[in-house]
Amino acid sequence: MKRAGFTNPWLPILLLVPQLSIIVVFFYWPAAWAIQSSFYLQDPFGFGSTFVGAENYTDIAQSIEYRKVAWFTVYFTAIVTFLSLSIALLLAVKADNVLRGAKTYRTLLMWVYAIAPPVAGFLGIMFFDQSHGPLTRFFGFFGWDFKLGVDYFDTATAMIIVAVWKQIPVNFIFFLSGLQSIPRSVREAALIDNNSGFRRFWDVTFPLLAPTAFFLLIINITYAMFDTFGIIDTMMKGEPGANPMTLVYKVYLDGFRGNDLGGSSAQSVVLMVLVLVLTIFQFRLIERRIHYT
Amino acid sequence: MADLTQTQIAQPTPSRLRFKWNTIFDHLILIAGSLLMLMPLVYAFITASYDPVTIHREGLALTFGDELGSNFEKALFEKGGFTKTVDGMVMLKNSFILGIGFAVGKIIISMMAAYAIVYFRLRFATFAFWIIFTTLLLPLEVRILPSYEAIQRLGMANTYSGLIVPLIASATGTFFFRQFFRAVPEELVEAARIDGAGPVKFFIDILVPLSRTMIAAIFIIMFVFGWNQYLWPTLITTDESLFTLVRGIKQIVLTYSDAAIPEHGQALALAIVAMLPPVLIVIFFQSWFVKGLTESDK
Repeated sequence: MKRAGFTNPWLPILLLVPQLSIIVVFFYWPAAWAIQSSFYLQDPFGFGSTFVGAENYTDIAQSIEYRKVAWFTVYFTAIVTFLSLSIALLLAVKADNVLRGAKTYRTLLMWVYAIAPPVAGFLGIMFFDQSHGPLTRFFGFFGWDFKLGVDYFDTATAMIIVAVWKQIPVNFIFFLSGLQSIPRSVREAALIDNNSGFRRFWDVTFPLLAPTAFFLLIINITYAMFDTFGIIDTMMKGEPGANPMTLVYKVYLDGFRGNDLGGSSAQSVVLMVLVLVLTIFQFRLIERRIHYT
Repeated sequence: MADLTQTQIAQPTPSRLRFKWNTIFDHLILIAGSLLMLMPLVYAFITASYDPVTIHREGLALTFGDELGSNFEKALFEKGGFTKTVDGMVMLKNSFILGIGFAVGKIIISMMAAYAIVYFRLRFATFAFWIIFTTLLLPLEVRILPSYEAIQRLGMANTYSGLIVPLIASATGTFFFRQFFRAVPEELVEAARIDGAGPVKFFIDILVPLSRTMIAAIFIIMFVFGWNQYLWPTLITTDESLFTLVRGIKQIVLTYSDAAIPEHGQALALAIVAMLPPVLIVIFFQSWFVKGLTESDK
């Protein structure tokens, strides 16, 4: 708040009403509804619901399938985060190094940001096509009979590749802007002190990039957990079957296809708690940074 | 003496040579990265120039065929390709409505809210701030089912407002403008007040023009975000006349796995149409976009 603010009794309220009402109707109400219905068992045909206490939660905790999905989400998130961060960091360091063509490289490496996840997933389907996909052929060359949508491991690999491809640009943009904000004097001092480029990177540049990297870590975890929905949905071609899926996909699947409102709501609440923990963690470690969703 | 001069002259050469090799190596990595990013689109674009039978037989191609125009034309103007009742143009229009509607709505609503929070002495300002702040914690994907239920009860399914308004519920924009307004020099308000400008006049005549670049940057980010929405439109629009292009991808994929010889060419053409507007905006307004993306996080 500004020191020299206006004092007007009704105007600020009027200004806040649109935002607040949208938030109450489309955020607090749904969130409260999810928490409430997670304690009920919904009749699949819509004839009322019965209070079952924490049964939906104990069901989740005991479900072998849920555990499998949870583990896949963990692996998927870890691999996607690690790969997209490291590839983007490498590219950003190189793009920061070169003088010639720096702008062209920047454009070429960031435009994929604008592609929607399901569109990326669709391109993935074409590339991993059973008979003609260039990547299927490539893997076939090494004796790997790649079967998208049939083999669990292969489908997971394809999903990871597409998800990494889609996420590199965001990380690249942030790493590059982080690198460019390192003062010239610091770089020059490092150059005088140490001739080895690699050591210089680990001792000087990397620590200075740490806040960016940490911030991106959180962004990437949220991306892999939530924003990859479109990639996963398109790449399994609408047939979940025995395909790998993330926790968010399972919420969608149980709630909208399986009509298990209580179970799906309980899963939503579990995810809410997870995101809450993640965000608190983020705010505790670096203040003043918010993420984009 | 002569020797010394010789070594002094000779010395820079190896280091310059090494420097050059390093530069070449850097460029090689960057070229490889650029190709990794670019190739899928190149493949898709070129393959979209073939008829479905050829694509079905040969797979993705790297030399142009002669069906490019007709594939795009069919994808855009022919009804019943992937959906039953609408053509690509309707989906394109809906995508623009969602992208622009979301971006504009979000900018207006969040600017107003941020103005109220930053520039007014308000007793419950902190409270309002926290109410808005909390929404950052839960992405729409997490509360998808109850949000859907809320829209159903309000009778907003299959409407543009049902498509757009719930997406505005997250407070990213408000935060962005709050940060920006707080960085605006205090003297401006004082000067404006001395000159007799009221809060409305100050907002419209001074603050909004001052925020122009920031508004542009946030517009680009929000437009791309809105355009690329998938899960929410998939749930909320069952009426084909409201399908967006990205929502239509699902239809393509479903038709794709069913048909004996799927319309590869048309599908790729439509996918390209779906990615082109946001990609072009990001490329052309690159500096604003990067500024908006990175600075809003500080």
